[in-house]
Amino acid sequence: MEKLINQFEFGLFFWQVLIFVGLILLLKKFAWKPILDAVNEREEGIKNALESAENARKEMQNLQADNQRILNEARAERDAMLKEAREMKEKLVADAKSEAQAQGLKMIEQAKAAIESEKNAAMAELKLQVSTLSLSIAEKLLKDELSNTEAQTKLVEKMLGDVKLN
Amino acid sequence: MVILKRPLRLIIATFLACLPLMSFANQEVDTAKVKVEATHEVVAEGHQEGAHAEPTDLKSKIKAFIGHHVLDSHDFSLTQDNETGESWGFPLPVILWDNELHVFSSAAFHHGKETAESNGKYYAINHHDGKIYRTDASGTITENEETGFPSNVRPIDFSITKTVVSIFAAAILMFLIFSNLAKSYAKNGGIASGVGRIFEPLVVYIRDEIAIPNIGEKKYKNYMSYLLTIFFFVLFLNIFGLTPLGINATGNLTITFSLAFLTFLITNLTANKNYWGHIFWMPGVPKPMRIILAPIELLGVFIKPFSLMIRLYANIFAGHIVLMSIIGLMFIFKSWIGSSLSFGLSFLLSILEILVAFLQAYIFTMLSALYFGSAVEEHHHEEGHH
Repeated sequence: MEKLINQFEFGLFFWQVLIFVGLILLLKKFAWKPILDAVNEREEGIKNALESAENARKEMQNLQADNQRILNEARAERDAMLKEAREMKEKLVADAKSEAQAQGLKMIEQAKAAIESEKNAAMAELKLQVSTLSLSIAEKLLKDELSNTEAQTKLVEKMLGDVKLN
Repeated sequence: MVILKRPLRLIIATFLACLPLMSFANQEVDTAKVKVEATHEVVAEGHQEGAHAEPTDLKSKIKAFIGHHVLDSHDFSLTQDNETGESWGFPLPVILWDNELHVFSSAAFHHGKETAESNGKYYAINHHDGKIYRTDASGTITENEETGFPSNVRPIDFSITKTVVSIFAAAILMFLIFSNLAKSYAKNGGIASGVGRIFEPLVVYIRDEIAIPNIGEKKYKNYMSYLLTIFFFVLFLNIFGLTPLGINATGNLTITFSLAFLTFLITNLTANKNYWGHIFWMPGVPKPMRIILAPIELLGVFIKPFSLMIRLYANIFAGHIVLMSIIGLMFIFKSWIGSSLSFGLSFLLSILEILVAFLQAYIFTMLSALYFGSAVEEHHHEEGHH
């Protein structure tokens, strides 16, 4: 122990502390601070780069998901549109059909009515003519055969009856 | 990371490839030095009047050399030639405070062989502890009979010793490397470039594995500068110690003491109420126990940094001694089998020492962070505080 204590040299201790403390202060200013700052900065940079890469990846995934969703929506919309169009077509056809039917029926009705009125008109005209004719026949009969009135009347009636049956 | 991998591997490979060269270099330096020690001792004998057994055989010479290597030194000698007594290296300034300031070059000591005169006072390096004592003109160092330590007056030694030079070199190297690393971020768009980027993973490791788990997300930033500096400082000096330059800074008790002292200061100066509460009035235990626990806990406050100091010192000190002893074995065996075996062993140990260099730097930083964490801890004792 004494030998160890004897080895202690105050002058050397003085120089060592002086040099060492000076070295710490100098290195702190000129080396350790800039080195540690640079290393920290670089590490931060790497961390940030990794983070942003991860974010980009997530964003990409989101975008892809979005794209898929939009695509699906578009597909669904297309399908819906197609369906709607088909339905509309069917409806149109059905409408057209029913309208055509109704129109046809209406036309038939109209035709029927026209025929009926034509027939009535024809009948009326016929009646008028028959009456005129019968009047003229009667006239002629009156003129020609005043003697045989009875027979003549019977004949007229008979003729009229025939006409009516027509 | 891929860009970083290759240079790192290359550097590691080159480093490993160079390891044997380092051992070779050590070996050569050591031979020269060991021989010098012999002459040195002979010269020293005159001064010390044969007070200590002078190493004569190779074993004691190696032992003496190792003993000197692990101590601090007043000159930076790389290698010496015992034949001519020439030394390759450079002297360092000696600064002494002995009632007045004495400044002179360590060359005046002639590697401890002579006394140096400054302002009318004489100083000599004691051969045993490598410290400077005030002596008379002939350089007599008298020793206390009981303790065996010199009884001469010791001036306060502010010399720029080898250890001061090496910590200063480590500090400059660290400053250059890390300020360049810091600048490269701005230049290179937030990515490190240059030599410093080898250390960037270590910086991040200290933040993520040492500071944040031990101190907590909220407060770790206050301690980052200290933890980073202490980790790289200890690591650099440990690695310096493995080079053939013969530096042993982290194996020096004063250095580890000052590092542990700073950890101690920071821990206790930044400590919150919770920390002191746990020391003096431990919550959650019966009152008599609290009285018993308080001194134990208080002792723990000092033991923690003390263990930090001893752990680093002992590991590096022991590593140097073992490695140098095994290198020394090469010269004792002097046979192709024994010497090459101890060469192989020293090679393996060098690799182990590199591991220890990293490990001890890590442990020192880790435990400092742990102590800081306990000082700023906010949670209650229910969560398992001790």
